[in-house]
Amino acid sequence: MIPELRKVSIGIAVLFGALFVSTTLIQVFQVDQLRVDPRNVRTLYQSYSTERGSILVGSNEIVESVPTDDVYKYQRTYHGGGLYAPITGYYTINQGVSGLEFALNDQLSGQANSQFFDQISALVSGKDPRGASIKLTVNAAIQQAARDALGELSGAVVAIEPDTGRILALVSTPSYDPNELATHDSQAVLDKFNGLIASNAGPLVNRAIAGDLYHPGSVFKLVVAAAALDSGRMTERSTVNNPASLKLPQSSSVIHNATGDSCGPGNSVTIATALRLSCNIPFAEIGAQLGESTIRDYAERFGFGATIEIPMVATPSIYPDGMDDAQLMMSSFGQFDVRVTPLQMAMVSSAIANGGLLMSPTVVDSILSPDLAATTTFQPVQYSSPISPSTAQALGRMMVQNVSAGAASNAALNGVSVAGKTGTAENGQGQPYTLWFTGFAPANNPVVAIAVVVENGGGLGQSGTGNSVAAPIARKVIQAVLSQ
Amino acid sequence: MSLLNNSTPATITEQLMLRLKVPTKLRNLEATLIVFAMAVTSAALALVDLGATGQLNPPIIGLSLGLGVIVLAMHVAQRFVARDADPLILPIVTLLNGLGIAMIHRLDLSAGLSGWQANASRQMVWTAIATVVAIVVIVVVRNHRVLQRYRYVWMLTGVVLLVLPLVPFIGVTINGARLWVNLGFVSFQPGEIAKIALALFFAGYLVTARDSLSVMGKKAFGVRWPRTKDLGPILVVWAVAMLVLIFQRDLGTSLLYFGLFLVLMYVATGRAIWFVVGGGLFGLGALIASQFLTYVHGRFAAWLDSFNQVNYEAVGGSYQLVQGLFGFASGGIIGTGLGAGHPGIVPLAESDYIMASLGEELGLVGVFAILALYLLFIARGIRIGVNGSDDFGRLLAIGLTFVIALQVFIVVGGVTRVIPVTGLTTPFLAAGGSSLVANWIIVALLLRLSDTVRHQREEVTGQ
Repeated sequence: MIPELRKVSIGIAVLFGALFVSTTLIQVFQVDQLRVDPRNVRTLYQSYSTERGSILVGSNEIVESVPTDDVYKYQRTYHGGGLYAPITGYYTINQGVSGLEFALNDQLSGQANSQFFDQISALVSGKDPRGASIKLTVNAAIQQAARDALGELSGAVVAIEPDTGRILALVSTPSYDPNELATHDSQAVLDKFNGLIASNAGPLVNRAIAGDLYHPGSVFKLVVAAAALDSGRMTERSTVNNPASLKLPQSSSVIHNATGDSCGPGNSVTIATALRLSCNIPFAEIGAQLGESTIRDYAERFGFGATIEIPMVATPSIYPDGMDDAQLMMSSFGQFDVRVTPLQMAMVSSAIANGGLLMSPTVVDSILSPDLAATTTFQPVQYSSPISPSTAQALGRMMVQNVSAGAASNAALNGVSVAGKTGTAENGQGQPYTLWFTGFAPANNPVVAIAVVVENGGGLGQSGTGNSVAAPIARKVIQAVLSQ
Repeated sequence: MSLLNNSTPATITEQLMLRLKVPTKLRNLEATLIVFAMAVTSAALALVDLGATGQLNPPIIGLSLGLGVIVLAMHVAQRFVARDADPLILPIVTLLNGLGIAMIHRLDLSAGLSGWQANASRQMVWTAIATVVAIVVIVVVRNHRVLQRYRYVWMLTGVVLLVLPLVPFIGVTINGARLWVNLGFVSFQPGEIAKIALALFFAGYLVTARDSLSVMGKKAFGVRWPRTKDLGPILVVWAVAMLVLIFQRDLGTSLLYFGLFLVLMYVATGRAIWFVVGGGLFGLGALIASQFLTYVHGRFAAWLDSFNQVNYEAVGGSYQLVQGLFGFASGGIIGTGLGAGHPGIVPLAESDYIMASLGEELGLVGVFAILALYLLFIARGIRIGVNGSDDFGRLLAIGLTFVIALQVFIVVGGVTRVIPVTGLTTPFLAAGGSSLVANWIIVALLLRLSDTVRHQREEVTGQ
């Protein structure tokens, strides 16, 4: 019997060997594969059980994780309500994550590779791992001023520091309260989410960077003027014909200036005057002379067609392809299929303000370790140099004229020279206009570049203009910046 | 009786006092190890409370003390009636049982169960009942050879217990397997007790039948095959195993009984050919069953293609298995820590899937430690078999040990996808009264056998 017992022992050892192997395979070698399986709710629970980092404006936490007694361990709490929602986004248990919460999830959740040693020390010390905190470049007073200036209007404001690319304010209205989406009651989250999606006001749409793109209207003339001057084909004083109406080639369409008359007196008009009075016909002629490829070249230098990450992903702005002459002339004053984000237009003004250098826009000032020591501090990065310093200066001069003695008069401030350009974009027969302002101030030493968009004609249908609705909003934001 | 065999005449009371004053080295070792096992268990219970609730709650003191008192009662009983019993078995089982209670308590906390609703409270009561039964067994059964005499009683008992779940009105189907009996006031798995009765019967029967079964017949395909007239017993046991598979719908139970018989047959006759014959028969039966019985087919599909969404969503499909695997993975090498994971996500986390729960919170390290405890237990059992004084004792020790080993393999192999999932429970760890009582009876019988082994050696060598 003894030899048989030995063999039975070996048999049992083999059986247990299989168990040692199977558990090792599962708990060591298949771990990653099992953790990412969408049916594995533990992965979700674990992501909640790390104390997610805070988001700070100045030294105030606008988003933080507050301990709770439920399985999620922490309740994400948004102190700014809807004010910062276009930047922070939301963090839900079952409807995904958006905004900065999504873009910097690895850092906030402590999963970034740079936080590897924090993870190890959390393991050894037995403390729950904590995510990094994010300090924003946004200024609370400017953000609030921009929000207040928009009031009940539906639109967006983007304010950028031209020499660094730091975003001082990024507002989209109407907004939503991320706290209502962060609740741990999954049915309540779903109901709220569906309600927000169904709402005609579009509160979840981030109009500043990722909404439906807008017709830029006359603010696009800055890009065409930049192309005209910087390519060396024209100067401020170059002139084009000045009719009161113009029939487009191979088309029955006739275009007019906003006044319905010619662009000031005379048979010809300078680019400077055309920009100051924001005339359509001269820019249609300039665009036709420059050609699609030259304008596209400059549009792309300003960021058109590129995915900009601030680090939230902005929708690329569009300069259309393969236009015929009529379409090229329409697009040259910001109609046809030109589509932009407010961020893109703020970048155009920012480059002009910064002597032709475009800095990459961002909302992140620094990434802070759990004890709030800075681990990564934002350094200004040049995005491109779309135009020469002299072109920038010339455009700046024209934009100052536009505010002091032209179509953007409502942006003027006492004692400060403001450079600006308005836009009143048509959206089709009978549709309300999209109202624009973009510019910078003070003109001689710019500290802020700004873009304002107001949807639906600011509630005024086709009677509101960029100057009457958008320019005053910009003025209030510029005031807030200058009073800092 | 051994108590009265002492040369010095004395009253029974004096004898008792003497024994208490002069405990053997073995029992002192056992006591020390039990204290260690209790310390580990208490620490585990405390960690569960701290991990899951952040504080120590009153029930855990009751659970710690309760287990300590119960096991010490068993220990004291051995000092009187089994002084030379193996000193490792009781501490190992105490630790396994204690870890089980700690994990069940942990799952109670996450499910919000307390008082008598809590599975841990009931597990503690069942542990007490099981230990009392074990004490009764070790006190009453002073000589294991007596058990051999009643082998046909064991057979009858085993068969009745096996059939019991199939009886209308009292048989209950849980998770597709008809392994349970509900008598209104108590429900249990008779199959757990049946495995002991069958081990006793197989051992008793094979001691007498081994000579005949060892004789081989004609040679074919290069090996000698059993004689046709000797095929009767294996065919009967195979038929019973197949009936269990078909009517009770549980591959694991079927495999357990049949595997037990095959191993004992091999050990008794020394003929490996029985493995070939038996393995072939069982494999054939399982193959046919998997083709024609939808539930067996479903179990195989859930095993082979667990992550397939169809199998995952199927009734009785791989949902539980896959969630258990997620639990194991979440534990990784060192585990989430007691009270810090989410083992409650897996259905039946406290019984069938307790290894997944332990794997999640104690990690691979904990799983290895638990498997090592089982291996140590099995090694002691085989050692008792090797040192056995008589063939019945040897076969019984091996049978009882192997039943534990095979059951651990079937259950842990099931939750880790080595074999299809079955309805068996992890010995000593899993929540469940019948399983605890049965396994503690096995402990009592092994202790009795080990005591006899050493006792007889002492008598022979005159120590």
